[in-house]
Amino acid sequence: MDLSAQQPANAAAPTPEAGQGHFFEVAGLRRTIGWQTILDGVDLNIRQGECMVILGRSGEGKSVLLKHLTGLMSPDEGSILVDGEEIVGVPERQLNKVRQKVGILFQDGALFDSFTVAENVAFPLTERGEKRREVLEERAREVLQMVELENHMDKMPVNISGGMRKRVALARAIITRPSCILYDEPTSGLDPIVSDSIDHLIIDMKHRFSITSVVVTHDMKSMFKIADRVAYLREGRIYFLGTPEELRHCPDPAVQNFIEGRSEATLREMEPKDPRTK
Amino acid sequence: MASLLAATGRGIFWLLEYLGQLTILLKEMGASILFGRMRWRLLGEQVVNIGFGSQLVVVVTGAFTGAVFAAQTYFKFSSLGLGSGVGAVVSIAMCRELGPVLTGLMLAGRVGAAMAAEIGTMKVTEQIDALRSMGVHPVDYLVIPRVFAMFLSVPLLVAESIGFGLLASHWVAVYGFNVPAAWYDHHVLAHTALIDVSMGMIKGTVFGAIIVLISCHQGLNATNGAVGVGQGTTKAVVFSSLALLVVNFFLSLILNTLSPLGGYD
Repeated sequence: MDLSAQQPANAAAPTPEAGQGHFFEVAGLRRTIGWQTILDGVDLNIRQGECMVILGRSGEGKSVLLKHLTGLMSPDEGSILVDGEEIVGVPERQLNKVRQKVGILFQDGALFDSFTVAENVAFPLTERGEKRREVLEERAREVLQMVELENHMDKMPVNISGGMRKRVALARAIITRPSCILYDEPTSGLDPIVSDSIDHLIIDMKHRFSITSVVVTHDMKSMFKIADRVAYLREGRIYFLGTPEELRHCPDPAVQNFIEGRSEATLREMEPKDPRTK
Repeated sequence: MASLLAATGRGIFWLLEYLGQLTILLKEMGASILFGRMRWRLLGEQVVNIGFGSQLVVVVTGAFTGAVFAAQTYFKFSSLGLGSGVGAVVSIAMCRELGPVLTGLMLAGRVGAAMAAEIGTMKVTEQIDALRSMGVHPVDYLVIPRVFAMFLSVPLLVAESIGFGLLASHWVAVYGFNVPAAWYDHHVLAHTALIDVSMGMIKGTVFGAIIVLISCHQGLNATNGAVGVGQGTTKAVVFSSLALLVVNFFLSLILNTLSPLGGYD
């Protein structure tokens, strides 16, 4: 198999539920940071209401791709449609409408240090003009209950654990009930019980509110639980695209090495290569 | 020789690029003022932080500068029989130069460093990305309240610095060197006009704008984690201080053309 092929490793595989509307339509996305090409022509469509898991080794550009999906980073080339609207080349201030449809759970939570847990969670509502204190408190309590943190509303982010911070960030991402949530490694650094509860929450959000989910993760157990489809990012391209079952049975050795966590590839091969060095 | 030319060229390119980045931020600030909304709570917090938080620094700097300047001036002037003229010199120097410049330098160290460090930490911990992802423009939220807080606070801090400098110089001259209080006060009032105090406050406002522009730029462009934030904070203080001293020279020339010294009795 030609690993540098433009098509995903399973390009011929039929895609399920074809014909549904797409929330994200990514075409020909390229992005170089310094000398390193991170994304080298990514094509990916994500359907309304589906849970798409993006897999890939560390440094392959999963988080970079996620940031492109909501305009936090701009590509060198390519197009991104969010709910039918092009966001590439659109000025920052005009992206607000699109961004209100998309919530993001950042890798380390990205909570505001100077706010309490409740203030952090209620922040998106405050910024949308909600000033009634009792409404803000009620809504914050409601979503914090979903992540089982309603007893920590008055604590500062520095006084809670990393896992709790991530759950607070999740509560903040869902408080406005966006059409889509992007999760950047939602279960990394969490114990198995909390990871499982986060997985259930992602599934629950999808079923209750038909939320489109895009999840970047290394956690294969979590992936098999939550994913409708999986995209495997390798060498800046979508190397595999299909269902979790198709991924499990994919004969490609690179895919199987990743699933099984085998380190056939040497560490040297995993490192990005500087084209200036020989 | 060639390497010297190359280094000079690189320096000029760096300076042009840096000024370009500041201009872009300035443009964003203009857009925020026109199209963004003011967050009054944040403005209030920044006024407290910049205005009230800088009291000790400004009072001590102003008072001791006035005191030491009065002493040094008296040592020379008294040998020429001009001891009672100390007040006029200290007053003009404090109003036109020392008050605004030293207040500006103190604020660059205290407030500029805090701005760069706080915004830089928010940048490297993705808090600024979080703001953007929620449809909040970081310049609207982080920079504009600081700009207006500076504009409100710095002129008053400069006036305060001048005031404490004059009080301290009065105390040193009258009680330390037995200059007659009536003579001292007469010279201060005769040689100090409202334009001199205004000049200090205008300079202070310009310095405040320079500090907030450079410091916020360093914060918003911080990279490389804690090391990057530290470097950004250092650059914010150094660049603000240098820019302030250079701009002060040209401002002095311009303002002195508009209101020349020596126009009094």
